[in-house]
Amino acid sequence: MHIEVRVQAEPLDALAETVPVFSGNTAVGGVVSFIGLMRDLNQGDAVATMTLEHYPGMTEKALRAIVDEALGRWDLLGVRLIHRVGEVRPQDPIVLVAVASAHRGEAFRACEFIIDYLKTRAPFWKREQTADGRARWVDARSSDDSAAAEWERKS
Amino acid sequence: MIRILFFASLRERLGSAEETLQEYPDSLGALRAQLAARGGVWSEVFAGEQRVLAAVNQEMAPADRALKAGDEVGFFPPVTGG
Repeated sequence: MHIEVRVQAEPLDALAETVPVFSGNTAVGGVVSFIGLMRDLNQGDAVATMTLEHYPGMTEKALRAIVDEALGRWDLLGVRLIHRVGEVRPQDPIVLVAVASAHRGEAFRACEFIIDYLKTRAPFWKREQTADGRARWVDARSSDDSAAAEWERKS
Repeated sequence: MIRILFFASLRERLGSAEETLQEYPDSLGALRAQLAARGGVWSEVFAGEQRVLAAVNQEMAPADRALKAGDEVGFFPPVTGG
């Protein structure tokens, strides 16, 4: 079982960071990964850069708790959950969720579960700087609450 | 004594990242009420329309959570990671 949970200020090489979730484990039959990227448009405004703040200490605990819950729900062989903090630019990876399992179904479901829960439970906050020089905090989306609540219903 | 941390938009609005309280109430809900009673922007943040989430010792906590000496309380807006 390969588990890695990390918060980092350095750039995230999402493709290279996916490999260790399966490398060397011949029981793995499938890997599903989600890579969240920074977009250059939000609510109709061009966004130049974004700064990700977090709650050091709590963040790592919250991410580990989400991974542990996924491990309790599905038979998995590896999970890597890595999240950026600090300043990012359009196209920069913000988060990587990589899940390995013997069969695809478990990996697909666990990957979606982890990103849905992260969106509502992990203490990160985005502040964006628009191309015309304004700065604003990004509002939470009610669709994220709905996605997480759907998993609660299935538990 | 308890330690209180404020994050993101809350920190900016309150103009404070952290404080310690020698005297504190016995629950998280009562602490919110005590902070709101300071008036001004404190009242806007802690008795206003927008949701404010709370963690005690780095775990999400409900209003009836008891407080004890040495606790770390974090207040923050709904999260926007991922």
